[in-house]
Amino acid sequence: MVEHEAAPGMIEVHNLTKVFGVNPVLRGLDLTVARGEFLTLLGPNGSGKSTLLRILGALSRPTAGSVRIGGWELPREADFVRRQLGVVSHQPLLYDNLTAEENLIFFARLYDLPAEQRAGRIRAVLQRVGLWRRARDVVRTYSRGMVQRLAIARAVLHDPAVLLLDEPYTGLDQDAAALLDDLLREVAIGGRTVIMTTHDLRRGHLLADRVAILSRGQIAFDAPSSAIDPDALPSLYADVTGAATIS
Amino acid sequence: MSAQGETTPTTAEAAVPVRRVKVRRPVTAYWHAVAAIAWKDVRAEIRSRELINSMLLFTLMTVMIFSLALELDSNARQTTVTGVLWVTIVFAGLLGLSRSLASEKDKGSLDGLLLAPIARSALFFGKMIGNLLFVLVIALVLMVLLTVLFNITLLRPLLLLLVVLGSIGFTTIGTLLSSMSVHARSRETLLPILLMPVVLPIVISAVRGSTAVLNEMPSQDWLPWVQLLFMADVIYIAASYALFDYVVEE
Repeated sequence: MVEHEAAPGMIEVHNLTKVFGVNPVLRGLDLTVARGEFLTLLGPNGSGKSTLLRILGALSRPTAGSVRIGGWELPREADFVRRQLGVVSHQPLLYDNLTAEENLIFFARLYDLPAEQRAGRIRAVLQRVGLWRRARDVVRTYSRGMVQRLAIARAVLHDPAVLLLDEPYTGLDQDAAALLDDLLREVAIGGRTVIMTTHDLRRGHLLADRVAILSRGQIAFDAPSSAIDPDALPSLYADVTGAATIS
Repeated sequence: MSAQGETTPTTAEAAVPVRRVKVRRPVTAYWHAVAAIAWKDVRAEIRSRELINSMLLFTLMTVMIFSLALELDSNARQTTVTGVLWVTIVFAGLLGLSRSLASEKDKGSLDGLLLAPIARSALFFGKMIGNLLFVLVIALVLMVLLTVLFNITLLRPLLLLLVVLGSIGFTTIGTLLSSMSVHARSRETLLPILLMPVVLPIVISAVRGSTAVLNEMPSQDWLPWVQLLFMADVIYIAASYALFDYVVEE
């Protein structure tokens, strides 16, 4: 196991435990993500990736341990944490009976963006994801790739300091996935801290500054991307998660 | 937290340089969020008409069945029509309530709402106001239908007041209970089972008050029911405000 030395970070998780009923999903997990760092979190199904992101997103309370984002403590200061978070998941978190523009107006109001800045900001993010010309189309007429681009626009609308990406490539074809790569690189620029979970080892390694593997509710491997041979990553992944796969 | 301006983490030992967050006056932001959620529900419904069409169809069918099945003289009509009115409002409203949060959950958009930096109670009131508007539209259509089919003028100011008060109580507790049942596998059956006993005081008060108003009885006959409805509304709103945080918490 490679230990990654990180300075006190934007995201600090210490001894995090989450138990559903009698089933522990996270077991004393420790993780620090530095400001502006892009961390890819790999792991098999059931390893606790989504649970960890739900706790970081203040959607779920930890059973034990401490979580701090940008200095704010969860769940006590969840409202302040939520202001700093943008979340993209395999579900778009959008309304398919509203247009792209209406969806973003709605979320701009929820995030309390000043009224005089809303139109400009919405235009900017829609242009960035290449959907400005379809802004007034109802979302249900969009392809899966377009919906995911709009989901990214929604996630960065309020200019969050932290992006949580939970398997954002689910259901995308190769072209849409390549476009998403570019978008994620772009949104990660500018000091944003990003945590992305994915099953796509190659893509996860390529995008990230650092790769961690979650197994049995703990970080079983953690190293900078530059220290990992991409060709060796599949076998490394199998070695690290083997015990969890067998059980 | 200051009323307006910049805030920083309260924990003194925060080691990380922190992005400062602009926070608007909390009360204003709260009601902005409530209005945004209600606006979103109404806007989406105007476009899809999924909910309102099924509620209207149910209302029309129920009223037709009652008007054909019950051959009533004018006195019996005066006492029966309010029962028909409220039974139809409750069951048509149930159709809307059961889909309100369930569709958010099914489409995954509920997480989008829960991720927003708004008070959970603002989410509740936004959804509740959206539901209330749908129920009031149905109630208004229903009153016109009953006026035509039962030949009784239902569109009276006092009766409208009772309908508004009754609908507020019904949608308040209905929205809370639909949020509780939204994660259950058999939520369509669970919601009526949970809701009916709790909504009974509202239905009884509304029917008795409406009958007294319709029969032009003196104020001492309908005023206690109006007061009871008002009290039930206050209690249900306060209880929902206090409980909703725990209901949506995972």
